[in-house]
Amino acid sequence: MTGTTAERRGPEEITGENFVFLQRWVHQETGIVLDDGKRYLVDARLTPLVRDEGLQSLNELCNLLRATRAPHLNRKVLEAMTTNETLFFRDLAPFDALRETIIPELVERNRAIRALRFWSAAASSGQEAYSLAMMLVEMGLGDWNIRIHGTDLSEQMLERARAGQYLQIEVNRGLPARYLVKYFEREGLEWRVQERLRRMVRFERRDLREPMASLGTFDVVLCRNVLIYFDVETKKRILGQIRSRMEPRGYLLLGAAETTFGLDNRFERKPVGGAVFYQIREQCE
Amino acid sequence: MRAMVVDDSRAMRLILRKTLDELGYEVSQAANGREALELLERDPEPVGLVLVDWNMPEMNGIELVRRMRAHPRFTSVRLVMVTTETQTEQMVEALEAGADEYIMKPFTSEVIVEKLRMLGLAA
Repeated sequence: MTGTTAERRGPEEITGENFVFLQRWVHQETGIVLDDGKRYLVDARLTPLVRDEGLQSLNELCNLLRATRAPHLNRKVLEAMTTNETLFFRDLAPFDALRETIIPELVERNRAIRALRFWSAAASSGQEAYSLAMMLVEMGLGDWNIRIHGTDLSEQMLERARAGQYLQIEVNRGLPARYLVKYFEREGLEWRVQERLRRMVRFERRDLREPMASLGTFDVVLCRNVLIYFDVETKKRILGQIRSRMEPRGYLLLGAAETTFGLDNRFERKPVGGAVFYQIREQCE
Repeated sequence: MRAMVVDDSRAMRLILRKTLDELGYEVSQAANGREALELLERDPEPVGLVLVDWNMPEMNGIELVRRMRAHPRFTSVRLVMVTTETQTEQMVEALEAGADEYIMKPFTSEVIVEKLRMLGLAA
């Protein structure tokens, strides 16, 4: 049959009932809130998965999720819904602030131990962690004991991050050409981060809502564009976890649209250059 | 600010021009290095930015970059290569010749905006 309404309208749209099912299920599994305005996100993120799994529509995917508890499919759906777009040196102001103010201050503070620890808490495919590594080497700190810890919920993303291998379109984004030729090697059609940088970075799967004690503590935590996806209670819990992993005078960086205000009053806002960081308030008892 | 797009492909010039237009640039065009150099030398006020393709007839992009960098009038002009050449050696050659940035084709308009932002040439 040709020329039916369904064909002219393109792929079958997700029904209201199935969208509500996904909202509840994703919230239950990850704490992430998909409000009604996020329908486009569901379409954009899950349509490729529908195709890869040989399914006909998002509705069929929802039926499958309801009917079975196939762990591999569950994980793929959750990973697709929680992965962020990422680029090297995303937003210049925070990196300028780190380079010009925060890292020089931390270097002074840690001069005796010559160590700095960073946590890229939503590491995705690793661009933020490797951007930090490049910046630190450029600042002459390559011989310090640097640990950049990247965590993410998506094992699939972390595998890419560990490999440090990127498509041309990815290295075009945000990465100065000078750094590309200095810190990457061409491997076929892709570009791979040099081993000296890969050695500075470790990636590990973590759910930010779970206890983090085994991670140790950090001088700087970057957790950008993560809180926006969660409900208030989960945001509070995540900020509490992060706070417990920060050095007393360490710095937290959130996304430009995120704040600790109204969620965790132990944090204090610290504008640095064109960026906003947060530090743990000193106790005045 | 004023900018120039140098590419022998009319379609590519239009794509780049559209992105620069949207950023508020006043854009002129040239189809190869020689034409670009002639226009730039005649221009009473130098442009702030030139996007340069590599492979073009008459004078290629790398030669244009070298000649501009050797010319005292153009030392502060920002030069960005936009090219299908994607080998590390070519990138190094372009940077050593005096290019400020390097964009590999294919690209999206976001890539152009991000690179210009890095150079302080876009908000």
